Amino acid sequence: MNKTVNQKAWFLVLPVLLLVAFSAVIPLMTVVNYAFQDTFGNNKFFWAGLDWFQEMLESERMWSALGRQIAFSAIILAIEIPLGVFIALNMPKKGFWASFCLVLMSLPLLIPWNVVGTIWQIFGRVDIGLLGYTLDAIGVDYNYTQDFYAAWITVIVMDVWHWTSLVALLAYAGLQSIPDAYYQAAKIDQAGRWKVFRFIELPKIMGVLMIAILLRFMDSFMIYTEPFVVTGGGPGNSTTFLSIDLVKMALGQFDLGPAAAFSIMYYLVILLVSYVFYTVMTNLDKRDGH
Amino acid sequence: MDWMAWTWQTATFFAIIAATLVTFTVLAIKYPETPRMGILRMETTRGDRLFITLLGSAFINLAWLGLLSNPQWGALIVCFAYALAVFRWV
Repeated sequence: MNKTVNQKAWFLVLPVLLLVAFSAVIPLMTVVNYAFQDTFGNNKFFWAGLDWFQEMLESERMWSALGRQIAFSAIILAIEIPLGVFIALNMPKKGFWASFCLVLMSLPLLIPWNVVGTIWQIFGRVDIGLLGYTLDAIGVDYNYTQDFYAAWITVIVMDVWHWTSLVALLAYAGLQSIPDAYYQAAKIDQAGRWKVFRFIELPKIMGVLMIAILLRFMDSFMIYTEPFVVTGGGPGNSTTFLSIDLVKMALGQFDLGPAAAFSIMYYLVILLVSYVFYTVMTNLDKRDGH
Repeated sequence: MDWMAWTWQTATFFAIIAATLVTFTVLAIKYPETPRMGILRMETTRGDRLFITLLGSAFINLAWLGLLSNPQWGALIVCFAYALAVFRWV
């Protein structure tokens, strides 16, 4: 039988709500202001209707940035999730090497975004960087400042290097929580390695894997610092992702109206995807009986 | 309205959002409810359905603006029908 939901406890979160109001709600309201209004300065605003939205929806520039963004997120998810799970499956389960691997895996996660960008920017340089110099020496034409493919590969490999650990650690935590009895039962049934993964490990780590996908999707969809430091969005516009384009528009050109309309659409897409993921995750939990 | 740099249109928009939230909070306190399973095969409360309505309406408006050249109030009619459908079946 379903219990009645009592919503009175929401009053207890009122202090947090106030805090969030100042850190998120009021800034968001300001963005809405800019998206629907225009100003000639002096803090006097007038109604601009849907002009900025119309302009953005017809803007080739926004659609191509969105296309690049979706491609980027899809590629890094397609690499990081299977790779992370593969690493987690092969990490030692206990003893010295387990701790050693855990520390090693967390190292990239501890490095600030702009430092990651700087590391790869120097690493890939043909004149002083180890990677760029080596590739050049063996005859590979690699220059991420001029070549489209080199720039994309650099940005993707950098993200994989930076964030696969997160997926691996989450998947590892999920794997560690599977009781031994499951493996013993599989052994009695003479299940092979693939069957153990497919019918025991994968279903059991599905919950954490969904969290990993959600985190990686959100983070990659909002990526700014690393590609900005490495390629600056270039060559041309080839690695100009949504947030880089947005910052160029808002702070570079000071086109606050179109940039605000752009932000709101960007926000709506993230909200939609996060909500879908959240719903799927809670439904998975319920199905598992947690 | 100067304190938030609003025009009457933006002020109306925020007032409607605020009024909706207050109404649903009062409803939730006065008439507590049980989550129900809708056509999307997921449990929803009134608040969930409101969220789905508002988010969906934003996309309906954007699609209307981007794809059709008809006046924007047409999108509001679609949104209204969508809201009724969400509250009835989701």
